[in-house]
Amino acid sequence: MIYEMYVDSSASIEKFGFGFIFSSHWEPVKEEFGALTFIYGTIVSSFMALLMSLPISIGVAIFLSELVHKSVRTSLSFLVEILAAIPSIIYGFWGIFVLAPFMRTTIQPFLQSVFGFLPFFQGTMYGTGLLTASIILAIMITPIITAITRDVLKAIPVAQKEAAYALGATRWEGIKMALLNARSGILGGAVLGLGRAIGETMAVTMVIGNKAQIMASFFEPAYTMASVIANEFAEASNEMQISALIEVGLILFGVTFIVNSMARLLIYSVTRNSQ
Amino acid sequence: MTAEKIFKNPKNLKRRKFINSLMIFLCFVAAVLTILPLLYIFIYTTQSGISALNIDFFTQLPKPVGEEGGGMANAIVGSGILIGLGGLIGIPIGIMSGIYIAEYSKSFLAGAIKFTTDVLSGVPSIVVGIFAYGVVVLAMQSFSAIAGGFALGILMIPTVTKITEEMLRLVPHSLREASLALGVSRWKTTVKVVLKTASSGIITGVLLAIARAAGETAPLLFTAFGNSFWQTSIDQPIAALPLQIFVYAISPYEDWHRQAWAGAFVLIFMVFIVNFLVRYVTRNKFG
Repeated sequence: MIYEMYVDSSASIEKFGFGFIFSSHWEPVKEEFGALTFIYGTIVSSFMALLMSLPISIGVAIFLSELVHKSVRTSLSFLVEILAAIPSIIYGFWGIFVLAPFMRTTIQPFLQSVFGFLPFFQGTMYGTGLLTASIILAIMITPIITAITRDVLKAIPVAQKEAAYALGATRWEGIKMALLNARSGILGGAVLGLGRAIGETMAVTMVIGNKAQIMASFFEPAYTMASVIANEFAEASNEMQISALIEVGLILFGVTFIVNSMARLLIYSVTRNSQ
Repeated sequence: MTAEKIFKNPKNLKRRKFINSLMIFLCFVAAVLTILPLLYIFIYTTQSGISALNIDFFTQLPKPVGEEGGGMANAIVGSGILIGLGGLIGIPIGIMSGIYIAEYSKSFLAGAIKFTTDVLSGVPSIVVGIFAYGVVVLAMQSFSAIAGGFALGILMIPTVTKITEEMLRLVPHSLREASLALGVSRWKTTVKVVLKTASSGIITGVLLAIARAAGETAPLLFTAFGNSFWQTSIDQPIAALPLQIFVYAISPYEDWHRQAWAGAFVLIFMVFIVNFLVRYVTRNKFG
């Protein structure tokens, strides 16, 4: 698979070399291609999504594994699983028609009035853009991180927590200790979620605004690696453009491959002992 | 340790109790925050979907902009064909590699396969689409249902493999030993005893993979490509439900949006049913 993609993108690799990654020009008409804007959009949107989703996911995982009664737990876990199974196109659709208007009329004016002095929150409010895409991504990766955090927490021996309680620790202190012991597994879950966010295509394409530019503001439209492929591939006008798009795909593949391998190793390091 | 000092100080105790209830409250808030968008999406899609849903949706072809009515019949059939083709490729390969990993887990190859499937499940679906484009579309010189099915098949493999492996591991060892002790060969034991015992679990896994493939859009954009007419031959571009939703959703027409909501409702409903079924079957069996 890697080989096939390398061959298909070789024309572009030969022409642009390493400059491909660092150039921000993307002009199909002039046959000039550089992927920096897309890499920037991908990284910023994925990391923002992770920042939003990680605390919430850990909270839900604790809630599910430690705090609630078993009957509530099964139905709640089921709901979270369904959240993971909804096709991304539906998230995108919902993002355009519900989240984007809500962002434009409520969230973005609020952020601008409070944090307006920062460059991140200036500019026109379109509703779609980097921030909206990040929120959608955060909703989508929360179930993944939650599921893994829950599994990792389960792998921590109960005796440890009981020992802490016996010493007079409060419930949260016991949980905190379990979290500390499970940290590399949770990190693995987070990295796995990051990998998913990097590769997510449809939902992001629909709400990010699709404009090849690097702007400081989170309100501005941007572009990610996956969405540029989705938008331009089928209607690419010349061989060079297709080749460049495949190279973008190759970069995307490489990044997710590394991210996922790291995540698997981290998770494995925690759950190994419990099996 | 200093634990004793910390635990016995009454002032500390108050603070610790406060932090305790605060954090537990925050966990609760997190759970609500996660469930909220789910319910919102589900209710919103159902509301907008049901009002737009009628018999025409399932029986009519898409109509041009401006004309009333029309449906997504071709997209539904197209999705069916694509999933069928994907299943033909993905299910046998997935089940067989699952068997290999579970039954012959000591070999180095099994470990390598396991790692590869784990990584494959993390590969973005659009990258799989590019791969299918390179292998099938370029070779055939045309967008086609085969290319789309090929992409979906690859996407199904990791899910099916994983579930098969897990289900086979749940089959008690004594069953295998009993069969082997009766002089049955290893292969026959696997097929007739182990696989049969685990079959309901594997079927649910396959259903899960199908539900996921049914919602995939990204890899179909430039493999199956979409088509607004009846098309059932597999070497031609073909319509698919999620593709149609995508095209309609980003269009500026009110009428198309309603159609797209109806499509989204059909998809979400299917996903829900499959997940519910899976949950029901696995609980009875392995509770």
